[in-house]
Amino acid sequence: MSKYSLSINGHSRAVDVAPDTPLLWVLRDSLELAGTKFGCGAGHCGACTVHLNGVPTRACMTPVSTVGRKQVTTIEGLDAKGEHPLQRAWKELDVPQCGYCQAGQIMTAAALLKENPRPSDEEIDGAMAGNLCRCGTYLRIRKGIHRAAELAAADKKGRK
Amino acid sequence: MNAPDLASAGRRDFLRRSALAGGGLVLGFYLNGTGNAAEQVAKPAAAPGAEFKPNAFIRIGRDGIVTLVSKQPEIGQGIKTSLPAVIAEELEVSWKDVRIVQGDLDPAYGRQSAGGSTSTPTNYEDFRRLGATAKAMLVEAAARTWKVPPGECEAADSAVHHRPSKRRLGYGQLVDAAAALPVPDARSVRVKDPKDFKLLGKRIGGVDNHAVVTGQPLFGVDTRLPGMLYAVYEKSPVFGGKVRRANLEAIKALPGVKDAFVIEGTADLRGLLPGVAIVAESTWAAWSARKQLQVEWDEGRFADQSWAGFVAEAQRLGKQPGTTTLRKDGDVNAALAGAARTVEAAYSYPFISHASIEPQNCTAWFRDGRLELWAPTQNPAAGQELVTATLGIPKEQILLHITRSGGGFGRRLSADYIVEAAAIARKVAAPVKLTWTREDDLRHDHFRAAGFHFLRGGTDAQGRLIAWHNHFVTFANPVSRDGKTTLQPGSGGSLSGDEFPGRWVDNCLLEQSAIECGVPMGPWRAPGSNVFAWVFHSFIDELAHAAGRDPLEFRLEILGDKAIMPGTGERGTPYDVSRMRRVLLDVAEKSGWGKRNFPKGQGQGIAFHFSHRGYIAEVAEVTVGKDGSLKLDRVVVSTDIGAQIVNLSGAENQVEGSIVDGLGTLMFPELNIERGRIVQGNFNEYPLIRIPDAPTRVEVHFVKTDYPVTGLGEPAFPPLAPAVCNAIFAAIGKRVRQLPLSRTDLRWS
Repeated sequence: MSKYSLSINGHSRAVDVAPDTPLLWVLRDSLELAGTKFGCGAGHCGACTVHLNGVPTRACMTPVSTVGRKQVTTIEGLDAKGEHPLQRAWKELDVPQCGYCQAGQIMTAAALLKENPRPSDEEIDGAMAGNLCRCGTYLRIRKGIHRAAELAAADKKGRK
Repeated sequence: MNAPDLASAGRRDFLRRSALAGGGLVLGFYLNGTGNAAEQVAKPAAAPGAEFKPNAFIRIGRDGIVTLVSKQPEIGQGIKTSLPAVIAEELEVSWKDVRIVQGDLDPAYGRQSAGGSTSTPTNYEDFRRLGATAKAMLVEAAARTWKVPPGECEAADSAVHHRPSKRRLGYGQLVDAAAALPVPDARSVRVKDPKDFKLLGKRIGGVDNHAVVTGQPLFGVDTRLPGMLYAVYEKSPVFGGKVRRANLEAIKALPGVKDAFVIEGTADLRGLLPGVAIVAESTWAAWSARKQLQVEWDEGRFADQSWAGFVAEAQRLGKQPGTTTLRKDGDVNAALAGAARTVEAAYSYPFISHASIEPQNCTAWFRDGRLELWAPTQNPAAGQELVTATLGIPKEQILLHITRSGGGFGRRLSADYIVEAAAIARKVAAPVKLTWTREDDLRHDHFRAAGFHFLRGGTDAQGRLIAWHNHFVTFANPVSRDGKTTLQPGSGGSLSGDEFPGRWVDNCLLEQSAIECGVPMGPWRAPGSNVFAWVFHSFIDELAHAAGRDPLEFRLEILGDKAIMPGTGERGTPYDVSRMRRVLLDVAEKSGWGKRNFPKGQGQGIAFHFSHRGYIAEVAEVTVGKDGSLKLDRVVVSTDIGAQIVNLSGAENQVEGSIVDGLGTLMFPELNIERGRIVQGNFNEYPLIRIPDAPTRVEVHFVKTDYPVTGLGEPAFPPLAPAVCNAIFAAIGKRVRQLPLSRTDLRWS
């Protein structure tokens, strides 16, 4: 076991775990942040997507020993009030079915929108291809990202 | 825990009443039931009597908050939103005043199983009356308070109004008066005229959406209890294999490991399979220890089975008469001999897994002879029953909490993972969470049965279908009961002699043979239908094209003018031909069937299917690239699921999801079997559909009819694959007769 000090959603969190423990299980078992999901353990499904310094990353493939000082953002910390444009759009368009993959979908989409505030369908498909949804909510995920882009643009305008 | 005596008495009472009511839910029982579990879940802070609780499903507090219990398991089909909405509609409560809690497994709620798209049809009318009964009592309470006739009072927006005197009492203000009233006979209360519905038929967002998008713990795998330990369970890679020996002492010495032991298990391929459990302080400690686990297996009698062997056996059987005759009308051989055109084709599909993204898991806590379970399950009673039958823990000593499921698709109708968790927990003095790895989940599924269909068909000089012969080769598991072993075809492996076009063709022979196998099989979304529709509507398309007929016109002619096609025998299900014709004509009109000329590489295909009480027709438009790539450009769906769409958003979501799932299941998944083992282990080897392959246009049309309201978790799935394959044929002239699609070369020049 080794001690690590991690920056999770803006807070410093101390854990004492085996160095090869994937960040996913540190979040879920040690830190009680269950929003990041286990789906495959091999980086194929995207259910465990978090941000490391803003970059979408598979938490199941990220040993805790490699995280260092990087800022970890999980679905719980994406927005303080749970009002990120994607979260609002997901509710407005009733995107989820079972909902299990949606945290990963939203985290991947959040990184996409940061890079590309008005993505096309093709750009969405390209960015989101690593996230599986077994219920098949892909049509609404596409719409949800477009809607979130609109909401974010409106927010920006409102702030000016 | 439930009070055991009350619970068991209630259950007996329920079973008796259910039998009288032909299996439907019984309102009288509901209205008298107390819903023990609801109290445990919600833990109301209010003192007894401070709320109005007319039945097990509804509680109204003095603060006006209405708490509704969702009794059915939520697996993504949206039932936790839609059934409470039915109560809310009749109760005249504003949706914003409603809180919904998931009920535990409790006899007070009647049947709690999410399978077969039955949750809506078996509960809709009763749930209306639950709400209407409570509303009638609130109206009565207000009328008595005001000393006016109840007929002058009206319930709306969580309040009772007396319009003549412009008085209003909120439901919260009526709690004490209503609680003092006797509960009226549910059959005496009036339900609303659906044209006055304010909530039903609208787009209602999922009640857990906020929790989902903010990552709150909702799912089985999110269960966390004080002092909880984490378990993995290694089973024989060959189904039914037993543990000879394992390096348990070495495993127990590994970091974080609390215990490791063998579980004997049973011979039931869908029950508690033998294996080795490792219990540790964390998931990762358990999984890391498993990498060091060495087990010597007695692999048993299925160690030689392989997919290649199954294919060879199916080919051999297909050349012989079937062992069972499912239907025999007329003389199929004579009709084929005299037919103007005949077509012969073999269709096949592999075993596939359910692959819900939340793997199977269950948390169990055994103490003082009692077992508490937290399980993502579609059929909690099956879990309780399997634990009782396998481990001997009395039913009254088992409390099962139903969690949200990260997908179901039929997988969680099985209870193997529940009994595994229970068997592990019985040996551990702490709550323990069993989580399967993805590899466990793909390789130890209760799989969708593979199948082979050897078909012959014929049309006469006018191009009419006159002969249909199908020899269906399916798979069966040996099942031991009372010392006798019989072969039981897998779920979806029993073709009904009535399955379309079984009753419509004068000369029809349907036969079946089964291959014995150790691959456990279970229900997979729209069992049977999910492949039969593909086989039969593909072959009908072959016959239509061979006869030079338009595929829609050919189908309409087969369906005929009869309004109802009666079922065969006493148990046969009548088929409402008029409903199917209506959706078929509707989808043809909405899609512009036959109105456009497509260039080579593009085409339209059509199919329909009746299953799960739903009549559904679909048209698919595809583009096949010269490189063989497939793009589903557009799908038009026409559905008749009765008089009322409960939640329009949920219904559309189910259809869209069925289209995507139907396409993905057509395109990708297949399991190979070698040396008795499932070969594929993770999503790199077992691909699922991803967003770039999802269609962009899915148009969903609901044809409203006067028939009872039915469910939509499954029936939109079956027609999609044949519609797409028929469109592929229209586009490039290639017929897909084997699943998955990747087995057919679609390149053209």
